[in-house]
Amino acid sequence: MTHKILIADDEPNILISLEYLMKREGFVVTLARDGQEAIDAMLRDPPHLVLLDVMMPRKTGLEVCQEVRAHPALQDVLILMLTAKGRDTDVAKGLALGANAYVTKPFSTKDLVARVRAMLGGAA
Amino acid sequence: MKLAQRALLAALAPGLALGLWIALTTAMVWATLSTQERTLLGDVLEPRIALTLMAWLVCSVLLALLARRLFGDHVEALARLDEETRVQLAGRTDRALPDAGSAQVRGLAATIQALVAQRSALQDDMQRQVQAASQQVDHERRRLAALMAELTQSVVVCNLDGRVLLYNNRARLQFRALSDVPGLAEGASTIGLGRSIYTVFERQLVDHALDTIRQRMARGSTNPSAQFVTTTRNGQLLRVQMAAVLDTPGPVLGGFVLMLDNVTREFEQESLRDQLLHGMTEGSRGSLANLQAAVDMLGYPDLDAAMRERFLSVVREEAAAMGDRIQSLAVSAASGLKTRWPMEDMRGSDLVAAIARRIEALGTLEVRSDAVDGALWLKVDSFSLMQALAYLAARLADEFGIRRAELRLSLADTRAHLDLVWSGQVVSTETVMNWEMDPMRIGTESTPLSVRDVVDRHGGAFWFERERVRHEAFFRFLLPLAMAQEVIDAPVAADATERPEYYDFDLFRMSDQARDLADRRLTELSYTVFDTETTGLDPSGGDEIIQIGATRIVNGRLLRHEGFEQLVDPQRPISAASIPIHGIQPSMVAGQPTIDRVLPAFHAFAQDTVLVAHNAAFDMRFLQLKEARTGVCFDQPVLDTLLLSAVVHPHQESHGLEAIAQRLGIAVEGRHTALGDATVTAQVFLKLVPLLADKGIHTLGQARAAAKDTYYARVQY
Repeated sequence: MTHKILIADDEPNILISLEYLMKREGFVVTLARDGQEAIDAMLRDPPHLVLLDVMMPRKTGLEVCQEVRAHPALQDVLILMLTAKGRDTDVAKGLALGANAYVTKPFSTKDLVARVRAMLGGAA
Repeated sequence: MKLAQRALLAALAPGLALGLWIALTTAMVWATLSTQERTLLGDVLEPRIALTLMAWLVCSVLLALLARRLFGDHVEALARLDEETRVQLAGRTDRALPDAGSAQVRGLAATIQALVAQRSALQDDMQRQVQAASQQVDHERRRLAALMAELTQSVVVCNLDGRVLLYNNRARLQFRALSDVPGLAEGASTIGLGRSIYTVFERQLVDHALDTIRQRMARGSTNPSAQFVTTTRNGQLLRVQMAAVLDTPGPVLGGFVLMLDNVTREFEQESLRDQLLHGMTEGSRGSLANLQAAVDMLGYPDLDAAMRERFLSVVREEAAAMGDRIQSLAVSAASGLKTRWPMEDMRGSDLVAAIARRIEALGTLEVRSDAVDGALWLKVDSFSLMQALAYLAARLADEFGIRRAELRLSLADTRAHLDLVWSGQVVSTETVMNWEMDPMRIGTESTPLSVRDVVDRHGGAFWFERERVRHEAFFRFLLPLAMAQEVIDAPVAADATERPEYYDFDLFRMSDQARDLADRRLTELSYTVFDTETTGLDPSGGDEIIQIGATRIVNGRLLRHEGFEQLVDPQRPISAASIPIHGIQPSMVAGQPTIDRVLPAFHAFAQDTVLVAHNAAFDMRFLQLKEARTGVCFDQPVLDTLLLSAVVHPHQESHGLEAIAQRLGIAVEGRHTALGDATVTAQVFLKLVPLLADKGIHTLGQARAAAKDTYYARVQY
């Protein structure tokens, strides 16, 4: 089964790499450039997993996280937070608001792929 | 009955008693006789009646003498002894008790005399002890006040009502700098003895800190303290530490000590540092993530040319962004870093003088310091800097035989140049480099620090230059300047001749009684004694105030260091006739603040006090006419020294300020400036208070009532 992944980040320079990476790994990839776009995309076609940046315009990743967890149709979406905020208090907040995993920038793409696969494998 | 009458009575009494006895006996015997016997006895006695009377008279006289003697020895002597003893009881005299009367009376007198002597000795002893104790207390107070004055931290001591009992010079300067109108009368109004600290800090803030202290005391803390940070009205950030003043026994809270630090700049620098750190981590994380992901993608061998170019451009872009970020961080971090080492603000000329003294003390060089910019304030670690220059001078002397040098200080953009200049011998740049890096050694003293370390500590720079034209060479230190605000904070030398009156511990015992002001004693009130100079004598006709001077009396003391003096632009001409009186020329008031700004400042200065002025009705009229315009109302009670003088000396002709001052033995100096006159008025008032008390006038209400009844009170302006 092909997993659908949504990548939400306002930085085009990371988006281009992540998109290439995930497609190459065989996922179906959708992109969003801010928080609101991410929610709209999810409601249109719920993905299996979201790579969610925290600092985004219009809606932050944390707000998106809360909305997803509050929405009945999106209960099963896995959320992996990607963020430059590296303090343990930020990690705790992200996980508390409903993220399944938290990855601090910068990260190795190999590790990221492994992490994503592990999460999807667990869900399948 | 008087003693003399009683003595006469005592002398006559035995004779009378004897006569009475004879008469009674004769009468009774006579009654028992028969007619015959009566005739017989009559015949016998009749010719001898004179003899009987004579015998009675002689006996009476003898008895009178005896009685007189006994009365004198026992009654009179005792009465006199009693009187003299009463005199001794009332107060000490040097008179001895009378040594008269019977042996017993004399014995009693001697015993009383001994008791009196014993009492005197005890009194003397007690007085000596009291004197010694109060001297000791006074000594300790002075020592404490001196200590406080030297502290570089601001200290304010208050009683539980928040009244200031003590503050040091540093606190005065700090509050002056924090004042809303620092330019006015030198910001005199914010702090003073007996003033409320709540004019500076919010009451809740202080109460909360006091509660914290009480809680800690309840938990058994022996040195309870609390801390709060607050912003002042002009946006400065103060860190305040509060410590308890404990009264024994108990201990119970008797007051509190506040130690203040202006942490505005520290805070700004700290938040700047936070910002830098934040920018460094979170900003870089994002860029690094972009970079790493792009590089990872570039590692895939099957990447097509177009994608490869896109990833490469991401790498280029992000690398350039990181470079920019680090550059800007480096610039701002440099200014933040120099604050790490605790620096002090120092007048440049003081620093140069200290360095010159240090070099000359080493005996190696002769130092001149003529070219020093006296206006410069530096932010330096003066000790290490002094060491560095002394070390360089010593090496110049030892290794190059230099005997004369000069210290120069000048402004260079936003920093200062401190130069050690000499002429003659040329020193190579390599040598200088070595000197800069070597640990400093001066004579027998050595330190692990190098000149470079000292320079780094200042965030400065150090180099060696030659000026061929003048055959001069110099070492130059580039040093940071102290900011303008810090210069305001720096202590200015207080009047060296007298210890400023910054403390009054007797205020500890005073508390804000709920009693009506009118019932308060004159001796315990706080006063603002003021005087105005005006363009003329007709307030309703448009004359205006051109100067206000005021001084304070708290707890019976004139506080010379808490004066208020401000010239005022009257916005109208000053009448030529008045200029010789007050000596204020029109040019002096030009550019001064107008009454609209000065009156609120004076109102704040006079807060919570009773106003005193000489011929107060005149000055008050000027203040009242401005109420509508300035919005400040002087509604506190007013006392007039002119009227009070008339109460005390109703029969004197003149109650002019100078005449009263002369009458009360006050040396008049600096009259006819507003502050000078206010000071004289204050001295007059202080002398009048005990004279009023002699007339039974003790309270404010009594003083005002008495003043109102004098003739002078009927004059109207």
